Amino acid sequence: MEHNGATLASLRPGQSGIIAAIDATDPQVQRLMTLGLVEGAIVELAGAALGGDPMEFRLFGCGISLRQEQARHFKVAASDPGG
Amino acid sequence: MARSVETRVPLTDITVSRHADASIAVVGGPNSGKSTLFNRLTGLRQRIGNYPGVTVERHVGTLKADDRTIELIDLPGTHALSAHSFEEQIAIDVIFGRMAGTQPPDGILAVVDATNLYQGLYLVQQLIELECPIVVALTMSDAAELNGLKIDVDKLSSHLGGTRICRVVATTGQGINELRNALIDLPKATPPEATEAWPELSRAAEKLAATASVPLRRAEIERLLVDGASGANRHVLDCLGGNARADVDRYRDELFGMEPPLAREARVRYAWVRRVLDDVQQTAPPFYSWRTRLTEFLNRPIPGTIGLFLVMAIVFQAVFAWATPIMDLIDDGTAALGASVATVLGGGAFSSLIADGVIAGVGSVVIFLPQILILFLFIILLEDSGYLARAAYLLDRAMRSVGLSGQSIIPMISSFACAVPGIMATRVIPNRRDRIATILAAPFMTCSARLPVYALLIAAFVPMRDVGFMNLQGLVLFGLYIFGIIAGVLTALLMRKTALRGPKPPFALMLPAFRRPNMQTVFLQLLGRARVFLYRAGTVIFAVAVVIWALAYYPRATDIDPMLTENEASAAQLEQSWLGRAGHVVQPVFAPLGWDWRVSSAVIAGFPAREVVIAVLGTVYAVGDEADEATLSQRLRSASWPDGSPVFTLPMVLGLLVFYACCLQCAATLAVIRRETNSWRWPVFAWVYMTSIGYLGAMTAYQLGT
Repeated sequence: MEHNGATLASLRPGQSGIIAAIDATDPQVQRLMTLGLVEGAIVELAGAALGGDPMEFRLFGCGISLRQEQARHFKVAASDPGG
Repeated sequence: MARSVETRVPLTDITVSRHADASIAVVGGPNSGKSTLFNRLTGLRQRIGNYPGVTVERHVGTLKADDRTIELIDLPGTHALSAHSFEEQIAIDVIFGRMAGTQPPDGILAVVDATNLYQGLYLVQQLIELECPIVVALTMSDAAELNGLKIDVDKLSSHLGGTRICRVVATTGQGINELRNALIDLPKATPPEATEAWPELSRAAEKLAATASVPLRRAEIERLLVDGASGANRHVLDCLGGNARADVDRYRDELFGMEPPLAREARVRYAWVRRVLDDVQQTAPPFYSWRTRLTEFLNRPIPGTIGLFLVMAIVFQAVFAWATPIMDLIDDGTAALGASVATVLGGGAFSSLIADGVIAGVGSVVIFLPQILILFLFIILLEDSGYLARAAYLLDRAMRSVGLSGQSIIPMISSFACAVPGIMATRVIPNRRDRIATILAAPFMTCSARLPVYALLIAAFVPMRDVGFMNLQGLVLFGLYIFGIIAGVLTALLMRKTALRGPKPPFALMLPAFRRPNMQTVFLQLLGRARVFLYRAGTVIFAVAVVIWALAYYPRATDIDPMLTENEASAAQLEQSWLGRAGHVVQPVFAPLGWDWRVSSAVIAGFPAREVVIAVLGTVYAVGDEADEATLSQRLRSASWPDGSPVFTLPMVLGLLVFYACCLQCAATLAVIRRETNSWRWPVFAWVYMTSIGYLGAMTAYQLGT
């Protein structure tokens, strides 16, 4: 598992990653986990609003939008080559 | 995070009148197609009410079989059995049978979007723990196939402990009959077996259940173990009796250790969901539809933002342009009806009450119906197509700079038609501070009732002059709209920095794929809105209109000169009526604003409903009911103080406009703020705050200009 600081916030549009580690102490992060953002989930960055924030992710067929500061709580391991 | 809702009543105190033989709760995530399915199943056999003590709407419909009727309750969307918003809490309370006035459901209809099995199965496995008969409706299976998803329903059913699964396409009606039959048999069906999702938790819950003094469901004890003994779970702990607290603490320790329980639950349950998905779902390359292309295009920041502004411009144009002819028609209709009633009934108090009080009062409400319906039509279409969530997402950054989030956008846009539905739309905002800041900002948006007042004053006192490519009158009107937006946004900012200071709320928004709205659903929602609006607003404004009528009608003048014309006579009557006397009494208060007793009494009359002011100005300036607005504006222009100087000078008119832009002259808005915040504190604060700003603004404009 190589996640040298890469988080959901550092994905490029069209790139996907597997969530590798989550710091779940924040209740807001726990809420996002209830929505399916847990270790092992494959997440793709679909796009972003003006200025790159908030970001839109695809998670097993559903779209979910997060702000960058929230996306940083989720460390990812790249799942596609070159990522 | 779970907020407790103080509406719990001991179950023994609840008396329920059973109209139906059984009741089934319709449960599903937001955007799962739950409401479309509910409308498909029940059609026009549904009614909208309220849950007692709270403002969340209660949608109930009936399903008729040969010999029985089954009641379906459409619950607010929820992702899981742990609540994060007020509406989710309501859904969960009904599911557990803890909602006063609503009988515990005899069965559950779980609605799962086939394109989003991942989140759907998370909820379903929690629902199975209820040990209650359950049927799963797999919606949008057509869209799933287009996306390249193949779902093995039999395998899925065996993973879900033998739960019956019906594939449906709610928009075409495919599979609806099978589902209807399943629902009719559901109350007698056996509950499914427990899933393999989290055996440790299920076992702990079962051991605890054995010690309970009253029968408890596994799911209730599971919630106690995961969410802790707060809110409604305290009641579950009490039922467990004796040593339960120590046992619960021991089990929690074993199950979670140092890990936050909710995080543990998500990890364990979603791991199971992924295993099930791998087993039952096959993916093929998706069919590349125009919808996918459109979504991808609108995902790009710049086309997305331009598209959003275009959509908003079209909505505004429609609300104002399409509604005008119908509004004129209603206006003429009520005037004609009032006149003919007055002719038939002759003079006297009763005739005046009916014509000037009831018909004019009800007419002043009905006239806003076209605008509100058109606005709602667009909002429903945008919501059902999945666009509204995208608007919130695109504007989140802008809203964040004033301390709100993208979710505040929808209430703000709705408030341009009327603050009442706008404030009701704040329910989607999960954070309470955010929600109240939005509620306080919403009444500043220029609503349709302010428009006629602006139009009258601008037409009378702002010269028709071209400024660049725009007209000065249009520019002033536009300026007033911008003024309202700025005042609202500054209010929100001020509140978030002071009384409502708190951490930035998280922003997690589900972005559904675009889909074609179902016309039956749109129509039924619109019908429901029309009914609710006419009933709620109608009762308040109707009552107010009668009161204002009485204040202007009594006491009757005894010594009016018979030589006066009818208009002059009614002006003389008004001057010595309670309303006129009140105008004289408060006039010193409004003197620094440059208002005479007539303007003062019109403004006072307008406090319950601001649109009343035009009718009152019409009467006080003695132009009679039939006068058109041109005559009224001429009268306003020639109104003068006893010394002959004009009352309506430009600084005074600008002040009056500022006063109207700020002041919270709307009893319906105050009532809805009271209901939505569940306290008198916020409506009182909003009223004092907005009136003070209006007063100070008007005084500044008048004093600086004079």
